[in-house]
Amino acid sequence: MDTLLQQIVNGFVQGSVYAMVALGYTMVYGILGLINFAHGEVVMVGAMVAMSVIHLLIGSGLPPLLVLLISLIISMVVCMALGYGIERIAYRPLRNAPRLAPLITAIGVSMVLQNLAMMFWGREYHAFPSLLPNNSHRLSGAIITEVQILIVLIALGMMGGLLLLMHRTRLGRAMRAVAENPSAAVLMGVNINGVIAITFMLGSALAAVAGIMISANYGIVHYYMGSILGLKAFTAAVLGGIGNMRGAMVGGLLLGLIESLGAGYIGDLSGGFFGSHYQDVFAFFVLISVLIFRPSGLLGERVAERA
Amino acid sequence: MSYKRLSLPLAILFAAALVACGKSETPATSPASPAVNSSAADELVVKIGASAPLTGPQAHLGKDNENGARMAIDDANIKVVIIGGRKARFELISEDDQADPKTATIVAQKLIDAKVNGVIGHLNSGTSIPASRIYSDNGIPQISPSATAVSYTAQGLKTAFRVMTNDGQQGKALGEFAVNTLNAKKIAVIDDRSAYGQGLADEFIKAVQANGARVVAREYTTDKAVDFTAVLTSIKGKHPDLLFFGGVDPQGVPMAKQLKALGLNVKFVMGDGGHTPKFIDLAGDAADGVYASLPGVPLEQMPGGKDFSQRYEAKYKQPIQLYAPYCYDAVNVMIATMQKAASADPAKYLPELAKITHSGVTANISFDEKGDIKGSSVTLYQVQHGKWQPLQTMGGKTSISAH
Amino acid sequence: MRNVLKHLSSKDKRGAWIAFVMLAIVLLVLPFFTDALFGRGWVRIMDFALLYIMLALGLNIVVGYAGLLDLGYIAFFAVGAYCYALLGSPQLGLHLPFWIVLPLGALLACIFGVLLGAPTLRLRGDYLAIVTLGFGEIIRIFLNNLNAPINITNGPQGISMIDPIRFGEFSLGKTHELFGLTFPSVHLHYYLFLLFTLLVIFISLRLEDSRIGRAWMAIREDEVAAEAMGINTRNIKLLAFAMGATFGGLAGGLFAGFQGFVSPESFGLTESITVLCMVVLGGMGNISGVLLGGILLVVLPEALRHGSGPAQQLLFGKTLIDPESLRMLLFGLALITVMLWRPAGLWPSNQRRRELVAENDAAHL
Repeated sequence: MDTLLQQIVNGFVQGSVYAMVALGYTMVYGILGLINFAHGEVVMVGAMVAMSVIHLLIGSGLPPLLVLLISLIISMVVCMALGYGIERIAYRPLRNAPRLAPLITAIGVSMVLQNLAMMFWGREYHAFPSLLPNNSHRLSGAIITEVQILIVLIALGMMGGLLLLMHRTRLGRAMRAVAENPSAAVLMGVNINGVIAITFMLGSALAAVAGIMISANYGIVHYYMGSILGLKAFTAAVLGGIGNMRGAMVGGLLLGLIESLGAGYIGDLSGGFFGSHYQDVFAFFVLISVLIFRPSGLLGERVAERA
Repeated sequence: MSYKRLSLPLAILFAAALVACGKSETPATSPASPAVNSSAADELVVKIGASAPLTGPQAHLGKDNENGARMAIDDANIKVVIIGGRKARFELISEDDQADPKTATIVAQKLIDAKVNGVIGHLNSGTSIPASRIYSDNGIPQISPSATAVSYTAQGLKTAFRVMTNDGQQGKALGEFAVNTLNAKKIAVIDDRSAYGQGLADEFIKAVQANGARVVAREYTTDKAVDFTAVLTSIKGKHPDLLFFGGVDPQGVPMAKQLKALGLNVKFVMGDGGHTPKFIDLAGDAADGVYASLPGVPLEQMPGGKDFSQRYEAKYKQPIQLYAPYCYDAVNVMIATMQKAASADPAKYLPELAKITHSGVTANISFDEKGDIKGSSVTLYQVQHGKWQPLQTMGGKTSISAH
Repeated sequence: MRNVLKHLSSKDKRGAWIAFVMLAIVLLVLPFFTDALFGRGWVRIMDFALLYIMLALGLNIVVGYAGLLDLGYIAFFAVGAYCYALLGSPQLGLHLPFWIVLPLGALLACIFGVLLGAPTLRLRGDYLAIVTLGFGEIIRIFLNNLNAPINITNGPQGISMIDPIRFGEFSLGKTHELFGLTFPSVHLHYYLFLLFTLLVIFISLRLEDSRIGRAWMAIREDEVAAEAMGINTRNIKLLAFAMGATFGGLAGGLFAGFQGFVSPESFGLTESITVLCMVVLGGMGNISGVLLGGILLVVLPEALRHGSGPAQQLLFGKTLIDPESLRMLLFGLALITVMLWRPAGLWPSNQRRRELVAENDAAHL
């Protein structure tokens, strides 16, 4: 029983990690209908920048939380600039191109960012200093750390904030208008380029937050960390219905739970033939089954394919 | 179908090939060592190829290998090596195999085109094996500093050697250590499903079972994962007293931390993939008490070993990552053999390589009939006060117990 | 090069014939030419380029013709390679001849293509992409893990000592003396791969002009309209997956025989993406473009690897940036710039180009 509870907690934490990144994917997709494959690398840059800033300030005698706050702000600013740059250079000129073209530039951007990060921060792994209090708490048999609780809360907060932004503000209305019908939005006086740029910058700022929280949890950063995280988060976004904020959260949590329960129990259930090495198979299998019955994901709306 | 349509694609094949050729490969010679300048006419130029992943996730290990090999080359050039009555000048030709089997075969062919006299490489088993076939076809001796898969030397190739213990040798030492020294009865095993991790874990299990302990949990992860809470929770439910991880430090670090966080009180043991200075740096407090093995004898106990690590740090401004000393040894074994055979011609010195004995910085090196290192010793270490402390050396003729 | 093409497109059949024969001669002597000038490593790169071209042409059917975005295409390559490896190596103790194993691998890949294609028929665009990506990973994970409880694939260790491709007593793994010339192993593989590449090009060209090819393109442009015109979209889509997979399996078998070693790490997501980049960079749906893409993406990284170090020496007197890092960086930059400069690929098909113009007129975003 304790084991099951712990696995569910594990799944929730892992799921929130995915959800934080998935929200960035889904927001861009919701507005532009474009998979920003470079999003995972932005998360990586966010984590790396924060790591550097922390290392720079850690000896200065400032209180740890202030150091973390400064690093968070700097890394958000850097990521927003990066997000803007990526959109401006790699996506904006391709808005009318065949839909595969931005996908390829996104892959190109990923490679460039990864290799620049490798040149800048080196090939090796770095420790991410733990500045947050990280005590363990018992939750009736299961153990959860404070950073993990914070991750779940931040993921929920991000989703809530984005939903509020989308539905309660002028900017949100403009974003939805661009998503719905760009040419009509222009006629209504919406500055499409501005809205899309803000979307990217917002997504990148969220990526910075996600990168810092994830690194704080695992305590390790590496120039390669973005790609696998991006892939998992993308899967989560599609599972929940890409383009839908709640879907990203649901998809992330579901993927996290599937992975932890799958890894924990699949071996016993299949009599030892399958084991935790089939964890990803299990996750993809659920994804494929869901998509066969609901081709637009769990919470996705059925929308006609964009040309 | 018109001829035009068929010949159009063909034209591209041709044209692109020409364009490609036009890029013109410059010969991969590195600039000559400044120490050598006189009597160039009489010099014997010996080219040694080295290959490891210099890009991608293992790039830090690959660069370490290259550094180790380069140091041996520079040493040899400074101290004037005479081969067959001629002064030898050594050149290192380093190539990136990207840890990719396909690229490794291309690199192997390129090294052969560059007329290397021998090859130090590759870092991984997955690249050493496909490349070994090409070296063998061309009669070029290959010494891998770090490939551990049993199958690398089991192919029956005359040219394939290694200065590293194989998974069988190391897994056996680790298994015996776990059961006999650490008194583990119920053992949990995780591997990262890489050729290295899986091979070592399987051999470890064999040794553990042969020594009478029980494997209560067998779990898996990947070499890209950072979250192991699910498998660790599952393991916790089975109450083992020891956890073995077949994998490398990037996974070992978060695993050690999550062990602590989940309150799983077990002895944590890794193979050589965990024995890095990085592991202690990154894991911090969680590193305390962790065990790891390293093939060979501790550097401090070998003649020249301590000197080597100091010089390495002075030269490259960073500590040894992992396999640099083995690369250094591999190059030196090759040079020593060339001196003994009085020839750098692969066909002439290859038979001598099988018979050589060389005192390296990691072990006294000689090869068995398959090309594996003979009398392979493995040393076990534990993290104590933020340092890897040698506990005992197992196997081999030089069995020493250090406390 | 442009002149050659103009020449080809304007002259009559006889002119084309002469060009054709000249081209054939060039292709025949190319390995010797390359070997003498640049070394045998480059002949090996040419061999891999031909394998990748086969793969790219296979993927072109799925992505270029039928417009189905497949991110797990390398799985079929893996199926073909493992089929060859299992049936022609000490792993299972079977040593079946090459002419049985290769078609078997292609057939098996074809079956997998249909199996994987069937559940995805309702999916579109990005959803299809993620599901095919999932399938690709699933196959790789199975190959990686099927060493226990029964050892089938030997797991992450891979299968070594695979039989070379052999016609009777004539093994492609050895150097042969023929007609007074020395044919090393890489040269022989070049000719074999060239033969298969030509076959794949031929089939692709025939398909493009056939009813099936037109049906694929109709689906690519508008699936609903295609269905309304009486095209059985389900079968036609499955056929695209099957054909693409067959070519992939064929290339996989050749790869296993050439390399002598297969392991799951050769069949990861990055490989799928590399092949996709070849198709898209070169020009989707256009065979010439795909050929160009395939050659560029194999040769360019290799050329960069060797060109950047000396170039920096020349410019700055020392190596500022590691040539190895620079290679991947430039590779990424090349992908971006080519897409910005020619979003339909370096060499788009005429039809595609026309569509693009029309699309731009009607573009609303």
